[in-house]
Amino acid sequence: MPLIETIALQKRYDNKVTALADLTFAIEAGVVGLVGVNGAGKSTLIKLALGLLEPTGGQIRVLGLDPVVDGDRVRARVGYMPEHDCLPPDMIAAEFVTHMARVSGLPKAMARERASETLRHVGLYEERYRRIGGYSTGMKQRVKLAQALVHDPELLLLDEPTNGLDPAGRRAMLDLVHRIGTDFGISVVVCSHLLGEIERICTSLVAIDAGRLLRSATLDSMTQARDLLMVEVDENAEALTAALAQQGLEVRQDKRALLVRMDDEDVYDRIRDTVADLDLSLHRLERQRHQVADLFRDLPEGAENVHA
Amino acid sequence: MSTPNTGVIHDIGYQHYEGPRLGRGYSMRSLYLHSVRSAYGLGRSAWAKLLPFALLGFASMASLVLVVVNTQLPTQVIDYVGIVSTFTYAATVFVAVVAPELVSVDLRSNLLQLYLSRPLRRRDYALTKLAALASAVFVLYAIPLLIMFLGMAFNTDTGIGGVFDEVGGLAEGLLAAVIHAALLAALGLPLASLTGRRVFASGMIIALFLLSAPVSAAVMAFGGDTLQNLGGLLNPASMLNGVDQWLFGLNINLAFTGDFGPLYALVTAALIAVGTLLTIVRYKKVKS
Repeated sequence: MPLIETIALQKRYDNKVTALADLTFAIEAGVVGLVGVNGAGKSTLIKLALGLLEPTGGQIRVLGLDPVVDGDRVRARVGYMPEHDCLPPDMIAAEFVTHMARVSGLPKAMARERASETLRHVGLYEERYRRIGGYSTGMKQRVKLAQALVHDPELLLLDEPTNGLDPAGRRAMLDLVHRIGTDFGISVVVCSHLLGEIERICTSLVAIDAGRLLRSATLDSMTQARDLLMVEVDENAEALTAALAQQGLEVRQDKRALLVRMDDEDVYDRIRDTVADLDLSLHRLERQRHQVADLFRDLPEGAENVHA
Repeated sequence: MSTPNTGVIHDIGYQHYEGPRLGRGYSMRSLYLHSVRSAYGLGRSAWAKLLPFALLGFASMASLVLVVVNTQLPTQVIDYVGIVSTFTYAATVFVAVVAPELVSVDLRSNLLQLYLSRPLRRRDYALTKLAALASAVFVLYAIPLLIMFLGMAFNTDTGIGGVFDEVGGLAEGLLAAVIHAALLAALGLPLASLTGRRVFASGMIIALFLLSAPVSAAVMAFGGDTLQNLGGLLNPASMLNGVDQWLFGLNINLAFTGDFGPLYALVTAALIAVGTLLTIVRYKKVKS
């Protein structure tokens, strides 16, 4: 059974703005990345999955249920972490998570036990008796995650979980999400506009743009063919381009940098040697993170008009 | 001599929850209890407790003073319904402080969307919050009533019969308190749910309750025969006083009802219904 399945799903707001159009895909268990630029319709999709919005056309099924009809049964089995701040500042974290567990239907004693367990899992055990208002952004994100996880959902919907975090915080949050997907055995849908960031932890990806499906595939088939090395030299990039092209490498100039298609690990050495031979000074040689934009650029010709 | 380490910390990892999942009704009960508690600042910071408990304290002290007055003077000055009727202004201040606490904060901090992503439905949330506010207001009335009951029952000169009289009076007082609490909550909550800013919400409620008082008083003072008797309907406190007069034969007159007592009761019932409906409609629209 797919976690989330949509058939020709459409959502228009006030019959004017089209947030989602003709969206058909199926998400299987695992850690699924839902990528798209801001405003692509990711949050709308999540709200449709929770039954908070009703589709204006087509169908959506979550855990085999229709959220429009069985909204409360779906929501009892799903955890949701919203994108924006949503915590009451003058409550103590442990009490807040306990309260949310009870609203999810857990009996009092169980709720308390699960709340402190969950806060421990997200790394807030020591600080759990402090007021949320005094927490850092990173700690607040963890509380948000804890309240989504506290009732042991079958499916976790995370809307931009790394929002507002510094690089170390982002990494920690993503590791946590990865652990939830693997060790905890809970399926996760992670929304992000940064493909490069979530591709590390996802087993499959759904890319949407302007409310339409761009691609839905396992991670390997989507990004493997696309590894690029970014090379930056001080001067004479043209000579390097020519020299690399002569060796049969695929090179493209992108502003000040050169993008070299990486077929195997050997390419690093060949670039280094070529740069040395030309006596240039190498500034940067790194594997380029995928951007959502790359997915769009690489679209097959025929599909171009889909999101035009 | 060192012994081998026998204490080992096991990380038992993530445990799935196998226990019961209680449904929507339980969700509503949990939210209700939490809301009534937070109305009195329980589970929140010390500042949040200050005003509700100060009001409750003043009301209780006033009740205690009235017990003394009642028992020392030859005739009873004030009865249970009289306490409810005269404490209405304290209750309106309470609503103005607490209603924003119950709903505006949830709007402001986006907490509402966490509630709505759980089994609760929009209407469940609206009705639960309304019930919680009404209950909190009821407690504000009920505790002074209980203090008065204890005081009067211990001071009765007519033995067990006197105690039963007091029980009857207490029951009337509690019934009046239910009506007062329902109306004040049904007027205050829809107003508070319009804004996420606590100050504005309190302001709107204060404006409704206090600014309507002089208008109502002016109509009562300068209106003709009929208008004089209808003026009380323009202010929640005098309207409730009118209901108390008609229903319980209260002889403290904040409003003149004339023969319009039933109308006062009807308007009160209608306003409770409309306020409840408006709250539900409001939460149907609110962004989540």
